[in-house]
Amino acid sequence: MTLPNIEQICQQLAHDLADYLQQQNIHNPLLVGIRTGGVWVAERLQSQLQLSDDATGVLDISFYRDDFTQHGLHPQVKGSELPESIEDRHIILVDDVIMSGRTIRAAMHELFDFGRPASITLVCLLDIGRRELPIQPDVCGTRLDLADGQLVKLGGPNPLTLTIA
Amino acid sequence: MTTHPSQVQLTEDGRLKHFLTTEGLSKALLTEILDTADSFISTQERGVKKVPLLRGKTVVNLFFENSTRTRSTFELAAKRLSADILNLDIAKSATAKGETLMDTLWNLEAMYSDMFVVRHADSGAAHFIAEQVTPNVAIINAGDGRHAHPTQAMLDMLTIRRHQHSIEGKVVAIVGDILHSRVARSQIHALRTLGAAEVRVIGPGTLLPRDIEALGAKPFYNMKDGLRDCDVVIMLRLQKERMNNALLPSESEFFKLYGLTTEKLAFAKPNAIVMHPGPINRGVEIESAVADGPQSVILHQVSYGIAVRMAVMSMAMSGQQTQATEEQA
Amino acid sequence: MRYLHITNARVLDPALGLDQVIDVYVADGRIQAIGHKPHAGEIEHSIDASGQWLVPGFIDLGAHLPEPGYPHKGTIGSETQAACAAGFTHVCALPDSKPVADSPAVIKLIQEKANQAGYARVLPLGALTQGLEGEQLANMVSLTEVGCVALSNARAPFKDSYVLRRVMEYAATYDLLLFLTANDAALAAGGCMHEGPTATRLGLAGVPETAETVALAQLLLLIEQTGVRAHISQISCARSVRMLNHARQQGLRVTADVALANLVYTDEAVTGYNSQFHAQPPLRSEHDRQALLAAVNAGELCISSNHRPHEIAAKKAPFSDAEAGMSLFDVFIPLALQLVERGELQLSALIQACSSQPAQLLGMEQRLSEGATFNAALINPNSQVTISRRALKSRGGNIPCPGETLNGHVSAVFIGGRHVF
Repeated sequence: MTLPNIEQICQQLAHDLADYLQQQNIHNPLLVGIRTGGVWVAERLQSQLQLSDDATGVLDISFYRDDFTQHGLHPQVKGSELPESIEDRHIILVDDVIMSGRTIRAAMHELFDFGRPASITLVCLLDIGRRELPIQPDVCGTRLDLADGQLVKLGGPNPLTLTIA
Repeated sequence: MTTHPSQVQLTEDGRLKHFLTTEGLSKALLTEILDTADSFISTQERGVKKVPLLRGKTVVNLFFENSTRTRSTFELAAKRLSADILNLDIAKSATAKGETLMDTLWNLEAMYSDMFVVRHADSGAAHFIAEQVTPNVAIINAGDGRHAHPTQAMLDMLTIRRHQHSIEGKVVAIVGDILHSRVARSQIHALRTLGAAEVRVIGPGTLLPRDIEALGAKPFYNMKDGLRDCDVVIMLRLQKERMNNALLPSESEFFKLYGLTTEKLAFAKPNAIVMHPGPINRGVEIESAVADGPQSVILHQVSYGIAVRMAVMSMAMSGQQTQATEEQA
Repeated sequence: MRYLHITNARVLDPALGLDQVIDVYVADGRIQAIGHKPHAGEIEHSIDASGQWLVPGFIDLGAHLPEPGYPHKGTIGSETQAACAAGFTHVCALPDSKPVADSPAVIKLIQEKANQAGYARVLPLGALTQGLEGEQLANMVSLTEVGCVALSNARAPFKDSYVLRRVMEYAATYDLLLFLTANDAALAAGGCMHEGPTATRLGLAGVPETAETVALAQLLLLIEQTGVRAHISQISCARSVRMLNHARQQGLRVTADVALANLVYTDEAVTGYNSQFHAQPPLRSEHDRQALLAAVNAGELCISSNHRPHEIAAKKAPFSDAEAGMSLFDVFIPLALQLVERGELQLSALIQACSSQPAQLLGMEQRLSEGATFNAALINPNSQVTISRRALKSRGGNIPCPGETLNGHVSAVFIGGRHVF
């Protein structure tokens, strides 16, 4: 299987996101990356969309995961970093890979503990299917069809790399 | 039967499943507790302070010794983790016999409790419960006799790390009744592991335990020598009953010799921070000008207390849960 | 005559300089011949004791028998059988039963129970003060007349040094033997283990050495003043050994014993809050242990069991709340032989400290010589045993070393020529 070129997809993703925002008439969005891969992707998007530093945030969903009883607490919780208020902000939630949709559910749960956003747009670099929840990205870099048992992992931050295991 | 306390609290792969003592825990694990607590400090600053981490879990505050303060911080920590919490104040007289203590605990275990927060007047009580009574319930030691008060020690470590940037290389003095202090013992172990340059204990001979050097602390008998070049001064609470037990002549003589005043604090480094586990006896351990002064971080300690307890509660629950999952698999 | 013939045993009686594989012939409760078959009579029964040791029966200078008063901890029957498993033919029973052994009635009851059981003989120690309360003298003479070999206050304190002095003076009048414990109750108050680095680390209140040495100094001075015949029970400190030696050099006739646990374990065993190691006297430092071993090797100290059986629940509590004491009879031989194997304890010293020395103190004869009463034990030093709570003779499950695999067990005990175990 040939792996796609990540930097190219990022550029395409930024482009598609810009179109989407224009289409939805969203201005001054807040770009929130989910630790760890989502943060790297969000950084790429930020520079390509030329958003200011205070228009970004980081979400650590460790305290919101639904698999705590099976897998326990992630040993390196780093915490979330969001602006003072996300009330009525248009949030662009960024993750590297979407699979079951559980991470996004946890992330949305956490966002609402910070306040009530005006909207949430979901952006993912890779969609590998296998959804377990009714959650779909609004903007997606590319879709990967993996064999059973295969997982994809994003390495980074510079350069971004993909490995399949 | 003779497992070292530090081993009883760890899973086979070295994660926390109880929190009984800071002794014998690795630097990495202590740092993980502090890092996790740091994250919880940020969740405490939000409008919604709760996270759903321990939703559906039952935590029982088992206080065989009264302590409204400590009990409240554990209660708040459990609630902010979305756990259900039951408070039980069990006077020690009701459980004078070990048998009764075990019956109480087995009953609570049978009610599907997931975690016991235990405060007990006997050293080793939390260890005894974790090892021999209810090993499948996560035990958090909220103070056992003179032995350990590990959550208090860790919130003190967090305070030092946040206000002096690091614990590594720091000179720390602990002042007062070391003999009866579980806090001091837990602090000494944590400070040594986290790389403090020197841990000193200061007090009269009657209040310094024999062979304290074996724990890695250096005894001093006067404040001038003991506080010289210190980065951190930790004052301990002095219990009134020490005067009746021929350990001290009077509060006033203690204050004269060891009470922290602006003059004595001047022996320490100019940027030294002053800590106290509370509640403070003003004019006995510390004068108000110092307790409320610019070098005091006493109120910060209180707020960090909740975050640290959230951290160890979620880490221990996590270790206990994953161990149970693996045993089933 | 019809003989019991014990063959191929290594016969060990160091007090007689005896250490030889040699045959022993027993009849009428006595050793009739050693090394040669008696001219008359026939062999009724022969025991091939190849690879085993035949030693003089051990005499325990201090065990806590739970009867009367503590049936859930054991009976005189269960514990004297356990004593046989340790090679003891005689056991001095400390007076801290319930009721206290301060009256002839209680002493008779103990003797009756022991006779019924038919295992190790019980040598009662009468209480020195009524109810062990340390205030009023017990009927010391009457107690001696019904068979108390000595008088003791167990570890219970005397009200003050005045009472102690009068106790000694009274006993000295009638040449009674006293077993005294050196323990200053005020200095020991609240303590549950040796005061030292381990206690400091564990946050457990310590018993300082001075709790023993201060009291010992007082005892020695009063013994000197009153001239009473006295034995010091269960010392635990190196300093006590030196003080006793010094007193003997000054001409004081005073003996002492050490509990086996204090020769085997130190305060470090408490690490982990293992309540089995909550003991009185407390397990002390390695320095103390070494000094006590040296004293035993030098023939200066007897060894006692300090056996104290408990039900499991008594130990199922946080360390300081757990009851003190170890059930030691079942593990006495394996633990003692472990010291011998390690080279810490000489075999001859072990045997003398458990037999000839206590016998001398109590005015008894316990020797393997022709004509002597046959009180003896056969020990198989090489048989491996894995210590298990389920296989104990004692009712007390509070053994210090469950699960350990050790060497040595007693295969037979003879009392007055009778094969009792």
